[in-house]
Amino acid sequence: MTRMTKLMAATAALLTLGAGAAMADTVKVGLVGEMSGPFAVFGEQFKGGVEAFQAINGTEAGGKTVEVIIKDVGGPNPDVAKRLAQELVVRDKVDILTGFGFTPNAAAVAPIATEAKVPMVIMNAAAGGLTGASDYMVRVSFSLPTVVPPMAQWLVDNGYEKAYVIVGDYRPGHDTEAAFLEAFPKAGGEVVGNVRTPLMTVDFAPYMQKIKDAKPDAIFAFVNAGDVMAGLMKAYREKGLEEAGIKLVGTGDITFEPSMPAVGDAADGVVTSYPYSMEHPSELNKEFVKAFREAAGSDAMPSIMAVGGYDAMAVIYAALEKTGGDTDGTALVDAMKGMEWESPRGPISIDPETRDIVQNIYLRKVENVGDHYGNVEFETFEPAK
Amino acid sequence: MGIVVFDGLAFGALLFLISVGLSVTMGLMNFVNLAHGAFAMAGGYAASVVMNAYGFGFPAALLAGFVAGAVSGAAVEVLFVRRLYRSHPLEQVLFTIGLVFASIATATYFFGPTMQPFSIPPYLEGNFAFLGAELSRYRLFLIVVGVIVVAALVLGLDRTRFGAMIRAAVDNQRVARGCGINVDRLFLATFTLGCGLAGFGGALSLGMLTLNPIFPLKYMVYFLMVVCVGGAGTITGPFLAALIVGIGDVAGKYYVPQTGGFLIYLLMLALLLARPNGLVVKKGAR
Repeated sequence: MTRMTKLMAATAALLTLGAGAAMADTVKVGLVGEMSGPFAVFGEQFKGGVEAFQAINGTEAGGKTVEVIIKDVGGPNPDVAKRLAQELVVRDKVDILTGFGFTPNAAAVAPIATEAKVPMVIMNAAAGGLTGASDYMVRVSFSLPTVVPPMAQWLVDNGYEKAYVIVGDYRPGHDTEAAFLEAFPKAGGEVVGNVRTPLMTVDFAPYMQKIKDAKPDAIFAFVNAGDVMAGLMKAYREKGLEEAGIKLVGTGDITFEPSMPAVGDAADGVVTSYPYSMEHPSELNKEFVKAFREAAGSDAMPSIMAVGGYDAMAVIYAALEKTGGDTDGTALVDAMKGMEWESPRGPISIDPETRDIVQNIYLRKVENVGDHYGNVEFETFEPAK
Repeated sequence: MGIVVFDGLAFGALLFLISVGLSVTMGLMNFVNLAHGAFAMAGGYAASVVMNAYGFGFPAALLAGFVAGAVSGAAVEVLFVRRLYRSHPLEQVLFTIGLVFASIATATYFFGPTMQPFSIPPYLEGNFAFLGAELSRYRLFLIVVGVIVVAALVLGLDRTRFGAMIRAAVDNQRVARGCGINVDRLFLATFTLGCGLAGFGGALSLGMLTLNPIFPLKYMVYFLMVVCVGGAGTITGPFLAALIVGIGDVAGKYYVPQTGGFLIYLLMLALLLARPNGLVVKKGAR
């Protein structure tokens, strides 16, 4: 036994002891999120989503009170995420781990979930195949490669046959690029060029100039949501690509709701594909947006991350109901497998094999919806199986 | 080709406008100021609040940016920096980097983690055709402002009594004091000017960069690069360096995007190896 596994075993033993001794009326959920620093918007979204869920559904499930303990991981810091998860499991004796904006953080915590037999519900981390890292991992966000094919199909169907690909130069960007390079020719289009941009790209004008000179019909873009996508939009407008007949499309990251007020009409008409839009026309979504704004501020804009927070709580509550309040990790994960429910994004379920989410992908167009610009859904792609 | 040079010049002019204040505080006063971006951010937020919440025009926003940078700079000088002029540079580094993180947390607390909305005023928006290329009005505006600021600072430091006093105080504080110069007040004024320039640059950056609380950290490398490559303590050095970095960055992204944004760092290494004290060396520097 290495020191690490001993530690893990001790952790697991402690947890069992704790659970046995306490068997209390409280279920503790430990949330590891990006509460401060450059990615504080992630944490704000998670927290708002969790609070919105609890405002709508109360704080009790399976006869127990659900208490959420939030820890700040500050950004993509796998070591910190691991330490926080350990503290949550050992010291705070949480029954369930959740949160995780970044794939590396989730991957670092996966062994802890496995050893301590604590379910781990992923609110955002989007790399393909992530849930293979632990049998206790369940994901309620999405994986980027699944978002791409509907967009590629739409481009070809609407006569945009030559596309230029621009992605952020990091793992999710590479995944998205590969998905598009595969899906677009398959749909009948031609990729005329592609470029990877540094994560902290400040000025997109040179890239936009280069794309303009290549004269494609459309740009397919994926850059990390937040400030970088605004830079992309600014440069797209400034360089007059729309006037040159080059359509901007991409994943929903480039029309990330919380950043839309800052981008304003520059995003008008941009078409993207994504699992959630704040404008999704359902009663539940209206209720969700209202509750989110009561929690996070009257002008806050919920995104897929906030819905991830909501659905993580939804699957935890439903699992607790199913086990009758039993917090045994294996029983909870088994309860989550195959679960179906209605989310603010639409109907979703958990694949019993992969423990990954199964959901619709929507095509959306940015339009003025009254007091702001929003992603208005116009076509639904149901999951393959 | 022409458009690449023009966009590069404009990006360079913006880098210069944000960074020149650092050349003043770090170069002239020998104070290692990593918190420069925090003052630029203060200017940016002030400008955006003045425009969005109070509906003032762009010129008023630029003024507000300068004032916000200057006022916050003066406050920090009186409260903290004053005690650290004679400290070891490492202490100055630790203090100012701490200030950066404190400013990020403060901005997040008051303005939230998301970006500030900003739209370029109509008279600076859009493009105009020049010799067959589509040039952006805002970028041209940045180049013009950059040239004006360079000229004003060079004249101000070389030709005015205030400039002479600063140079005297920096070269030899004791003698300057002996001549009746109030060095404390002079340093306060200089630090305030440097931070005011940062705020002004921060306000101007709204049209091209995005403003959110990580601004001071995100652009820190650019400020340091411009000032160190150019030669701290001079005005023309950072101007030259900013233009080289700007054109290098734009040209690199346009012609060899495979290298990503890496090209400018190579350029920086080469320039620093060739001229370790900066492109333009401060007169009388040791």
